[in-house]
Amino acid sequence: MQLPQFEDIISRLDKGQTWSFSGGVHPAGNKHLSNQTCTVHPSLPEQLIVPVRQHIGTDGQILVKEGEQVKKGQPLTQSSQAFSVPIHAPTSGTIKAIGDHVTAHPSGLSETCIQITPDGHDTWVSLTPTPHYLEIEKSELVSQICNAGVAGMGGAGFPSHIKASGSKSVEFLIINGIECEPYITADDRLMREQAASILEGVDILTHLLSPRAVVIAIEDNKPDAIAVMKQACESRTDIHLVTVPTKYPAGGEKQLIQILTGREVPRDGLPIDVGITMFNVGTCFAVADAILRGKPLIERIVTVTGSAVERPGNYWARIGTPVNHLLSVAGYLPKQQKQPEVIMGGPMMGFTLNDAAVPVVKTTNCLLIPAHNELTHGSDERACIRCSACADACPVHLLPQQLFWHSKAKEYDKAQEYNLFDCIECGACAYVCPSEIPLVHYYRKAKSDIRVERDERNKADKAKARFEARKARLEREKLEREAKHQKAKEARLAAVDNKTTSSSKDKVAAALARAKAKKAQQAGNSDATANETSSAPQDNKKAAVAAAVARAKAKKAAQQAAQQHTDTPPASNKSTDGQNVPPVSDSAEDAQAEKKQRVAAAVARAKAKKAAQQAAQQHTDTPPASNESTDGQNVPPVSDSAEDAQAAKKQRIAAAVAKAKAKKAAQEKNK
Amino acid sequence: MSVALITVGLLALGFGLLLGYASIRFKVESDPLVDQIDEILPQTQCGQCGYPGCRPYAEAIANGDEINKCPPGGEATIKKLADLTGKEAKSLDASHGEEDVKKVAYIREDECIGCTKCIQACPVDAILGAAKQMHTVLTNECTGCDLCVDPCPVDCIDMVPVTTTTASWRWDFKQTPKGDIPVKMVS
Repeated sequence: MQLPQFEDIISRLDKGQTWSFSGGVHPAGNKHLSNQTCTVHPSLPEQLIVPVRQHIGTDGQILVKEGEQVKKGQPLTQSSQAFSVPIHAPTSGTIKAIGDHVTAHPSGLSETCIQITPDGHDTWVSLTPTPHYLEIEKSELVSQICNAGVAGMGGAGFPSHIKASGSKSVEFLIINGIECEPYITADDRLMREQAASILEGVDILTHLLSPRAVVIAIEDNKPDAIAVMKQACESRTDIHLVTVPTKYPAGGEKQLIQILTGREVPRDGLPIDVGITMFNVGTCFAVADAILRGKPLIERIVTVTGSAVERPGNYWARIGTPVNHLLSVAGYLPKQQKQPEVIMGGPMMGFTLNDAAVPVVKTTNCLLIPAHNELTHGSDERACIRCSACADACPVHLLPQQLFWHSKAKEYDKAQEYNLFDCIECGACAYVCPSEIPLVHYYRKAKSDIRVERDERNKADKAKARFEARKARLEREKLEREAKHQKAKEARLAAVDNKTTSSSKDKVAAALARAKAKKAQQAGNSDATANETSSAPQDNKKAAVAAAVARAKAKKAAQQAAQQHTDTPPASNKSTDGQNVPPVSDSAEDAQAEKKQRVAAAVARAKAKKAAQQAAQQHTDTPPASNESTDGQNVPPVSDSAEDAQAAKKQRIAAAVAKAKAKKAAQEKNK
Repeated sequence: MSVALITVGLLALGFGLLLGYASIRFKVESDPLVDQIDEILPQTQCGQCGYPGCRPYAEAIANGDEINKCPPGGEATIKKLADLTGKEAKSLDASHGEEDVKKVAYIREDECIGCTKCIQACPVDAILGAAKQMHTVLTNECTGCDLCVDPCPVDCIDMVPVTTTTASWRWDFKQTPKGDIPVKMVS
């Protein structure tokens, strides 16, 4: 299908003609209830509860601690994620608690919230306005919008900076002042009272996105708002103010695009795919506040309406204001209701709150407190009679009755074949249903079930992959082990085959040499040790081992010596006291001894490493033990090996030997 | 007559060759049924069915074993398996365990002695730690299979039920009008 071209669209809009979308309904507006009075600043509540997560995307990191003093406008979270905006303290006060609190979600489940006790002074944090925003970088401007915590205020709460930083070229920047849902008048009042600020926000967004045309769309049931906006736009030729005939849900993003431009957004696509970006008037106001006045998004207009409140109207509610505070400000009339009922959002798309302590969030536009019999709840649901009134009312060309059948029967794959996920949950089908079937209800349930099922399937796939990876690893390890055993076996067999007396004699000789070396060491005959070790087949290794042992001993001896204030060199000290004073014997308790061993071993390791490094440089041949005996403490022994890897191995061996000896000594002492 | 015989014979030969080629060219490596069954199973790898993992059980089902031996999957899995295999959907075989809420393992870290026994038991490598170091469970990876609980010598592993979050919450009719949407206006 050929998309309507830019020039056609502009000429039509200027003539006051619009397209239309199929379906839609005309519910009674009931807007007069709340749009007659000016927006009121309610008193400060006793407690403000700011949910950490208020929009699509990820949570930020909490920056404050319990008991901390915060100022109005101070950021409470931060995040480096693109899909995240921070939240800010709505007033100055003390952080009372950070923890779970019931939030604005139909489930009534708790999420992490920051609770603030206001101090009543309402002192601002120092603000940094950017009045000359044309002079700074666009990216800087976008990050300022992000840091001010601006998220779409129309309903979904999409982070605004992402839309404002679009890289694709924008033909139309559409400002949505439709507010099609009955009862709600927040945008209506905002346009009447803050038209200039809204236009400032539009200018900033125009500067950021450089669209070919800016369109402000207002539904024709708001004549006062239209008049005010018209006056504000009078001198502006670049802005097209369009009046749209009232029809629900004309305020839906895709529906409004269709009305204004005749273009349809692809089902998996975004408005930017057809060259359009849309912002709510409330978002424009928040952007202007953020840039020109430096104020983060900490309050918004909330319509408190319905026949069960004494003073229905609009209120500048701080984010985090509990609903019951707004109710008391508006004068809740409990006698008008059979049972307490508060709807957050409008009558078509909102949800009933479980708890009046739920806080106002960035996307809360309305609190509806209906009197008894003001709304029905489809409580007497009857069978579907296949009248297809729902299909006629559906604004997105779906077949609601088919979706209903399949959702009810939990045939979710079939429901998805009928494009369940394209449903915008506007409630038009349920509104027209003569059998009073709560259709959207079934769709929401089906959607959540499908989502949970999909998450579980993803998790199962991940578990399967991990299980298989583990199985493969275990198999590989088993094979490696078997190969190793096979090799060892072959070597053993080979050894048996070539069995000569000499080889076994060698081993015996080596063992004997080792034993001797040990004995000699204990006797303190350092020269003998050196000689013995050098005569042994694995000269280097043994020398190093002996050296490490000697070092450990020397160290201990030095400690003893220091305690005793004797001048005897450590080695001789050991030799004289050798048998009755084993290395660890001085320490009174085993725990201490153990600690000392560990320290000694660590020291020995460190020294050996240093020595090995030195040796690698100097290639000295000094026998380690004698070295030790002459220089005692400060000259570390030197091993001949040049490679670090070998040195490390030696260190480990040395440490182990030192430990074993210490243990033995301790045991001897105990005897 | 002979022409007809030759024609039929040639046709038979031609089709025979075609079929023979197709059976080699489009050979199915493994039983596709096993894969399909394995897709349905919850992949907890818990072994409660008596087989060492989900795939062995899938193979067993393909070879005619009962479909009601998977407690983590519960009735939903049995129903899906019944649809796939054409068997009757029986209720869960209680001898293999009962359907329970979803859980994840949690190690009381103060009490962990670092024996690595749970690490060896975990079928999905969801426990992190080393010898004589404290261990901990990667809750995102844990399937709640329970296999790490028994090997622990100091009983420091608990199975904690997964709490519902706003993301995993399912709309519930029974809670009406709690969390309900107002669907219709009286005009």
